[in-house]
Amino acid sequence: MTGRAIARRHLLAGAGLGAFAAPAILRAQEEAIRIGEINSYTTQPAFLIPYRNAWILAQEQVNAAGGINGRRIETLFRDDAGRPEDAVRLAGELLRSERVHLLAGGFLSHVGLAVADFANQHRRLYVASEPLSDALVWSRGNRYTFRLRASTYMQSAMLVEEAAKLPARRWATVAPNYEYGQSAVRWFKELLQRARPDVRFVAEQFPALGRIDAGATVQALAAANPEAIFNVTFAADLTNFVRQGATRGLFERRQVVSLLTGEPEYLEPLGDEAPENWIVTGYPWEQIDTPEHSAFREAYQRRWNTNPYLGSVVGYETVNAIATMLRRVNGTETEAMVEAMRGLRFQSVFGPVEFRAIDHQSTMGAYVGRTVLRDGRGTMADWRYADGANYLPPDEVVRQLRPAAT
Amino acid sequence: MVPPVLEVEGLAKAFGGVQALAGVSLRVAAGEMLALIGPNGSGKSTCFNLINGQLRPDAGRVRLAGRDITGLPPRRAWRLGVGRTFQLTATFGSMTVRENVQVALLSHRRRLHGLWRPLPGQARDAAMALLARLGLEEQAERPCGILAYGDLKRVELAMALAHEPRLLLMDEPTAGMAPPERAALMALAAAIARERGIAVLFTEHDMDVVFGHADRVLVLERGRVIAEGAPAAVRADPRVREVYLGTGAVLGAG
Amino acid sequence: MAENLLLQALSGLASASSLFLVAAGLTVIFGVTRIVNFAHGSLYMLGAYLAWTLVTALPRGPLGFWGGVLGAALLVGLIGVLVEVLLLRRIYRAPELFQLLATFGVVLIVQDLALLVWGPQDLLGPRAPGLRGSVEILGLRFPLYDLFLIAVGPAVLGLLLLLFHRTRWGTLVRAATQDREMVGALGVNQRLLFTSVFFLGACLAGLGGALQLPRESVNLHMDLAIIVEAFVVVVVGGLGSLVGAFLAALLIGELHAFGILVFPRITLVLVFLVMAVVLVLRPHGLLGRPPEAPPAGAGGAEPPLRPAPPALRRLGAAALAAAVLLPPFADAYALSVLTEMAIFVLFAASLHFIMGPGGMASFGHAAYFGLGAYAAALLAKWAAAPMAAGLLLAPFAAGLFGLLFGWFCVRLSGVYAAMLTLAFAQIAWSVAFQWVEVTGGDNGILGVWPDAWAADPLAYYYLTLAFCLGATLLLRRVLHAPFGYALRAQRDSPLRAEALGVDAFQVRWLAFSLAALAAGIAGGFFAYAKGSVFPTALSIPRSVDALLMVLLGGVRTLSGPIVGAIAFTGLQEQLMRLVELWRLALGAVIVALVLFFPQGLAGAARAAYERRHGPAGA
Ligand SMILES: Nc1ncnc2c1ncn2[C@@H]1O[C@H](COP(=O)(O)OP(=O)(O)OP(=O)(O)O)[C@@H](O)[C@H]1O
Ligand SMILES: [Mg+2]
Repeated sequence: MTGRAIARRHLLAGAGLGAFAAPAILRAQEEAIRIGEINSYTTQPAFLIPYRNAWILAQEQVNAAGGINGRRIETLFRDDAGRPEDAVRLAGELLRSERVHLLAGGFLSHVGLAVADFANQHRRLYVASEPLSDALVWSRGNRYTFRLRASTYMQSAMLVEEAAKLPARRWATVAPNYEYGQSAVRWFKELLQRARPDVRFVAEQFPALGRIDAGATVQALAAANPEAIFNVTFAADLTNFVRQGATRGLFERRQVVSLLTGEPEYLEPLGDEAPENWIVTGYPWEQIDTPEHSAFREAYQRRWNTNPYLGSVVGYETVNAIATMLRRVNGTETEAMVEAMRGLRFQSVFGPVEFRAIDHQSTMGAYVGRTVLRDGRGTMADWRYADGANYLPPDEVVRQLRPAAT
Repeated sequence: MVPPVLEVEGLAKAFGGVQALAGVSLRVAAGEMLALIGPNGSGKSTCFNLINGQLRPDAGRVRLAGRDITGLPPRRAWRLGVGRTFQLTATFGSMTVRENVQVALLSHRRRLHGLWRPLPGQARDAAMALLARLGLEEQAERPCGILAYGDLKRVELAMALAHEPRLLLMDEPTAGMAPPERAALMALAAAIARERGIAVLFTEHDMDVVFGHADRVLVLERGRVIAEGAPAAVRADPRVREVYLGTGAVLGAG
Repeated sequence: MAENLLLQALSGLASASSLFLVAAGLTVIFGVTRIVNFAHGSLYMLGAYLAWTLVTALPRGPLGFWGGVLGAALLVGLIGVLVEVLLLRRIYRAPELFQLLATFGVVLIVQDLALLVWGPQDLLGPRAPGLRGSVEILGLRFPLYDLFLIAVGPAVLGLLLLLFHRTRWGTLVRAATQDREMVGALGVNQRLLFTSVFFLGACLAGLGGALQLPRESVNLHMDLAIIVEAFVVVVVGGLGSLVGAFLAALLIGELHAFGILVFPRITLVLVFLVMAVVLVLRPHGLLGRPPEAPPAGAGGAEPPLRPAPPALRRLGAAALAAAVLLPPFADAYALSVLTEMAIFVLFAASLHFIMGPGGMASFGHAAYFGLGAYAAALLAKWAAAPMAAGLLLAPFAAGLFGLLFGWFCVRLSGVYAAMLTLAFAQIAWSVAFQWVEVTGGDNGILGVWPDAWAADPLAYYYLTLAFCLGATLLLRRVLHAPFGYALRAQRDSPLRAEALGVDAFQVRWLAFSLAALAAGIAGGFFAYAKGSVFPTALSIPRSVDALLMVLLGGVRTLSGPIVGAIAFTGLQEQLMRLVELWRLALGAVIVALVLFFPQGLAGAARAAYERRHGPAGA
């Protein structure tokens, strides 16, 4: 079910449905608002297929409700194959050949950064959905780039809050060897030591992304005999790490604090081997029963006949944010859209979110809780929604972190 | 006294357990044709490889016009005047016959590092002259990759002569040719050698060629010299006859 | 302490065993067929997926599990046979490394097929019955299954050695490994031999994948994650040597297990450091033998260079005129694609320079492309230098590294040389990736935009065209000059070249550096075309792209890399935009091209021309 052809067919079907539902408002002759969406579909399908599904759902809903001031929105999806240079080329194609009104998307940090810089150079709006890198809004932030997802810093800060409550003083870290893993570890160390000066870090491991030698890594961590572990590995690396760690008893009598592990993308594949009692950020989709989320969940299940993943929320809310912004501006002039994005507030399925004017970071948060096994599969318990607004540095620090003043 | 062009002393080489060459000494004077003969595997090619530096000897010396060239790599030996042809022809298959010779000529003139002027226009006349001398004008524009074996042997000879060598080593120069062709080629080689005063050392399995063109003959067996001298004397040597009887080769009427 | 080290060593052994299984199949296949089988990782991945399907479908219990694992291995063996019979068998006579292109097509196809069949989510297989838990060793727990894996490696090695030394088939395989021609002469059914060897190799890859089921999740990245490392093991061990591969796997497994204790961040580069050191010290790996002389002109000798025939010259002139005259009418996006094409034409031509006429394949040519890009970007970032300075520095930086790395690489030959270039490229890549303070790490360098005078896409296109095309033509000129002949001379017959006073090392070294310099020019223009530089600019996929372009166009013609670069860039650009399953489509197109044009596109064009007009030039 990955065909763009399929996506396109649904897109058309959705548009037709919209026209049927609200023929008065939707005028066919009015030019559609075009969004150019670039993502690493072929290299990250596990996250991005649910993401695109929800994107299409959200777009259908917007169009069914009459579009934006009478204009439909439509999206051109492009696959960058995980290569920033291709993403830049496709951004050019979307802007210049396809004449899209804004760019969006992104999963990998470096691809997001490349498109962000391209957008800045060409003065076009880029709404980055997923790339976690802090650089995207801080050190290399620019006027035209906004980011939806809670950043590495924010998610690390959420976990530090929990980690600081633990008695553990000897910590070890394990993270994939690239920018995301390194910054997560850096922030975690810095913030935890600020909160708990008695904490020491006794070991760190940086396996290559996607190629963890889990046995050796687990053994190396165990040799340092930490009281607690901060884990940043995810996807296949996580599975291998969990299996080796469980068999070798690494997690016994040790607290594990783990980024992203509560997301169904990563928890589900672990099946009944999902670790228990880890403190994680994630998305307990089946337990969130706020009206907004329930409505989203049901619509998604109806539309795609499957359960939502976190990627689904990210895709859905990116469209939601863009649509809200577009309703505020008259037309699609970039500077107007940028001004509308700054400080934009909208209701997400997680709760109210704001795109901060100071650094263009949204305050969309994440759920923090413990992992448990229920009915032979992993899920989250004792969770709470951590609003992103509470996990960002003070404004004067942010201003230092973000040299681009605007 | 003028030293001989080539002077080899006590040359020895072993491959693992096989003593391919066990103390061979020989001399070749300018303009002289010395034939090195012996059954298969007796060490002839090895001897060539040691002289031009393709292999390092275990013991012994090689002197070229009095200068010790033992162990010098082939390209240095070549610069000092050692040209050779190979038993299994070695030419540049992706070039025409003329270009093969031009590469040799330009290398000799130290112009092979040129990055700009196309090669086909350089040393063209000299190349054509050399090819004409060897009766290869017709073939000049043909790719070496598709040449008949006998022609390749002649191309090799042309390349080996391109730098006006003092010493020419020819490893079975007529293998793969028809008999009349063989005689013609050897006559030509002998003529050129004499006219330019080149010392020639060659191996050959065709005894007509050997006895027809060599000034002297040296017989190897299992890496040792078992006979040396004028063709007639060598042909009459009982030990030589014995060695060759075993191999079934024909020494010719004696 | 000591018990920790012992367990670390055991962990290293377990990974070594896993690595060996994959490498064993690869080395057996290479030994006999001389095919650089890029699809070996795909076979490994298929082994894991098929095992998952079988094991979860069969009844639980030892029989279901082990039956599933072995069944998967056999199925993968059959898939290997299919690939060999339908594809590779038809191109054994193509120029060296051409088969790599075909196997790369298979990689692309398998990637999309696996996604279609098994879906995007990672899959978790069950643990092995009876080997779920752990044993206590000196008071520490060690997984039983890893203990089992440690035994599997040597067991498989032993069985293979028995097979090769105690059976007639094995004797033939060994003979073929040592001398391919001879086996043909012995009247052995070579086809059957090759097919059976492919079956065995594929089975081993499948087994390697299937045996990971209880350890790792099954996912769509397994193929590329394993293939490079498997190659490293094969090359470090010595191509075609099973025992060598075993030793190399041990070496790498253990160095890795202990390396991360001291340098946790060494994971990215360790295997390549090992390979570089081993190859510099032992040019044929631990137990490899010097390769037999390359099959003299597999696919016939290369035709001589001749001045282009009038038809080709007219075509070239027309293409050039189009490249100069039409762009003002093109939109900005088309211009960016054309700019990219011009850059890749030079990049491919520079690789072709050493690979075709030089006879030295490189699997790491992106190093010089990327170094050029980084040189330009770093100068812009740290010295705020104008674009011209960066573009000027790029070739010098790349050329300098070409001199440095080339000094080691050009001493080696064949796949060994190619893998050493890869090792250096990966070392350069990991420096760019990990030296965050200077290079920005994987977040790259941003803001490398052209100066105002060249900011207009049309202006930048003309600038790129002038320099990249100019450099391509210069390389072409050099190939017609004596140096180019010296380069081909040492490739055609090293023996003869040396005996004519040609210093092959010098010639190769200089050629390598020239090619690096030219790639650096391309890299510099690439940086400013994209506005940013990331480690991907010198990564393996970038090197592979260059290889594919050269092979697609045809190694044996001078126009090959030009045609190949344009065709490949254009094809990929179109397919990526328009087709959802673009990898499947691109893979299928590559396979089709390989089958129909085993001499490459330009090679096929020349053959067609010659059929009508007699021998033509390049
Ligand atoms: N490179 C080598 N490695 C191992 N053994 C070698 C090598 N070269 C030659 N030999 C061995 O040395 C001996 C002499 O070989 P050589 O080629 O010199 O003989 P030859 O007299 O030229 O024979 P032919 O008449 O067949 O050309 C043979 O036993 C051969 O097997
Ligand atoms: Mg011989």
